[in-house]
Amino acid sequence: MNFDFSDEQKQLRDQARRFLADKCPPSAVRAVLEGGQAYDRDLWVGLGEMGFLGAAIPEEYGGVGLGHLELCVIAEELGRAIAPVPVASSIYLAAEFLMAAGSEAQKQAWLPKLASGETIGTFAYGEGLGRVTEKSIKASVSGGKLSGAKTPVADGDIAHLAVVAAREGGKVSLYLVDLTGPGVTRATLDTIDPTRGQATVTFKDASAELLGVAGDGWRLAAEVMDRAAILLAFEQVGGSDRALEMGRDYALDRMAFGRPIGSFQAVKHMLADMYVAATLARSNAYYGAWALSTGSSELPVAAATARVSATQAFQHCSKNNIQVHGGMGFTWAFDCHLFYRRSNGLALALGSQSTWEDLLIDRLRQRNDAPAAA
Amino acid sequence: MNFDDTPEEAAFRATARAWIEANAPRELEAELKMGGFASNGLKSVDPMAAAKAWQKKKKDAGWACLHWPTEYGGRGATPIERVIWGQEEGVYGALSGLFIIGHGMCGPTVMAWADEATKERLLPPLAAGEHIWCQLFSEPAGGSDLAGLRTAAVPATDGSGDWIINGQKIWTSGAQHSDYGIVITRTDPNVPKHKGLTMFWLDMKSPGIDVRPIKQANGQSGFNEVYFTDVRIPDSQRLGAVGQGWSVSLTTLMNERLSIGSGMPTGFPELFDFCMNLQTEDGLAIDDRSVRSRLAGYAVKASGLKYTGMRAISALSKGETPGPENSIGKLVAGATMQELAMFALDLQGQGGVVSDPEIAAAGARFQAMLLRSPATRVEGGTDEILRNIIAERVLGLPGDIRVDKDVAFKDIPTSGRG
Repeated sequence: MNFDFSDEQKQLRDQARRFLADKCPPSAVRAVLEGGQAYDRDLWVGLGEMGFLGAAIPEEYGGVGLGHLELCVIAEELGRAIAPVPVASSIYLAAEFLMAAGSEAQKQAWLPKLASGETIGTFAYGEGLGRVTEKSIKASVSGGKLSGAKTPVADGDIAHLAVVAAREGGKVSLYLVDLTGPGVTRATLDTIDPTRGQATVTFKDASAELLGVAGDGWRLAAEVMDRAAILLAFEQVGGSDRALEMGRDYALDRMAFGRPIGSFQAVKHMLADMYVAATLARSNAYYGAWALSTGSSELPVAAATARVSATQAFQHCSKNNIQVHGGMGFTWAFDCHLFYRRSNGLALALGSQSTWEDLLIDRLRQRNDAPAAA
Repeated sequence: MNFDDTPEEAAFRATARAWIEANAPRELEAELKMGGFASNGLKSVDPMAAAKAWQKKKKDAGWACLHWPTEYGGRGATPIERVIWGQEEGVYGALSGLFIIGHGMCGPTVMAWADEATKERLLPPLAAGEHIWCQLFSEPAGGSDLAGLRTAAVPATDGSGDWIINGQKIWTSGAQHSDYGIVITRTDPNVPKHKGLTMFWLDMKSPGIDVRPIKQANGQSGFNEVYFTDVRIPDSQRLGAVGQGWSVSLTTLMNERLSIGSGMPTGFPELFDFCMNLQTEDGLAIDDRSVRSRLAGYAVKASGLKYTGMRAISALSKGETPGPENSIGKLVAGATMQELAMFALDLQGQGGVVSDPEIAAAGARFQAMLLRSPATRVEGGTDEILRNIIAERVLGLPGDIRVDKDVAFKDIPTSGRG
């Protein structure tokens, strides 16, 4: 058994970690938070040049052709660095949609540009508050023209290309829409995590090209969101580990009552519980990675498991990292809130925790041998 | 990333599987599957006789104590082979519950610290299941603070070199069935507590030993008190030097950590199954959103433990040594089972109070889990000790400030008041 990444994959992780330590220090995240730019453009270009964006995209479409395990490794590092770049929208979603359902022409047209970072893609599906369901999709397409409003759309303020869920003849299908074309307006939203932007994108007779089979949109969306959920879980695992390390380091340095606060059991036990949550989430994410890379029939269960566990862990670690830091943790100057913001933003990406809990139970039920999970 | 065996592992698994298929007591399979977590569940036959028979059969064929050297009755197997054996032995592994402490802890301690003749005499019958061993460590005044133990060993006044032991041990699993034990004692109260300890092995039939089963909070009796009144032990039964007992005990406790891969039960599969079938006024329990949310939380804990175990096995397979990070298994499983049992009873409404297996839902398994789970959170290291281990040995945080360090044991206060 080798339920672990290979030595080559670990080397890739080290390489990505070094690259991000250099190009994406907390000051870079802060620069985006504080409003200088919508995302870190230099970092984005660098990720494309290093081949990180195209890791799982085949060489024939301009990628590096490694695979999804390699993309998981990179995702973990992006999560550790809370990188302010649209990788989730462009790579875990848009590129995956194209690879899953794009025509040859669509793949040729878009995948090389997504792999290089020249084009930023996203997925636009929700239309407001509450759980996104097939029924909740109101945007519609008629005669190749899309109308309706999507909000919030992750990276909708900077993306060039969107995969949009919309109705045509009563059924939900997916469409490729050039967001730089006519009939598209967008408004950046204020959010809890400005380091990954959100926008309202409004379409009025915008040109839309069918992606995949007409009427198959919701099934396809669910399939690709499962894949993306595993990659996002790796980001969350990376963020959990980093938040835990920050808390641990502060507990070692900070003195109170004549001793390091990390010598008090109340603090030690809080950190131990963070470690437990992060470890369970990592193990569940590995289960997801295995399912993703082998195309296992367990993928739906594995994705929901990885997602629920990683969301729990990152929220737990980021909030208790602030707690370990005490008052300093609540200052703008300390980096704790960057992780707190990201963890709570990611907890809502691709559907909220309660949505994924529901999905997990549905899928365990469908997989008749549910008890195998324990 | 895969769950596949290496060719060597696959060959070992095939050999193990073939032997088990040809030799396992199939007539007990169904009954063992229904067993609880405190016993092997056998009622149709004498559980002890069945356990000893299976162990003897394994020993004769070279399948006992896989991790022991062959000269002491083991197989000299690698850690990963031991895990594979455990997977293949499956439900029949429950038959070996009586021997876990002997094979996993006492045997390796004897192996590390006894002279050759003693090892040759004691270890093969232990491997063969002819003898049952217990570990006499915890005391009323020394549980989490094991080094605070008070059972005293003093040299006999007759010049024989023997030791005379007086005191009391507690929480000794299986003492009532045991033929032998290892006992840690205080031989010098005038030095700091870790330095005045000495380990011995002893015959549990020695005069002056009184074993009293403890009636536990759940009504069962798996643990015992063991009283020592002028128990005489020859110096040849000493393990390690006088005053070296703490180091010897660490051998025992380190070996406990090697027992990975089997996984601690959480009760999740049982709860899931229960919710799939429980009819409420509003339909099946599993269709209730609040139930689903709770179930999902337990599901990811059970799954996280399972795959954490897989990662540990992978590390073993590559020849790495298991570390303190494996402390999370019991920490998560114990607390999960306790919460989950309370939730399962809540789903049963007022009827959840009934614990008669003939009447209660799911054969009263959740009532049994409720009443047993507090012990899981205490035995073999409390939740708090496990968190300390993670914090200090995994995360590198400082140890507690020890007010009893460098103080002679006899001068350490014994009461929290006054």
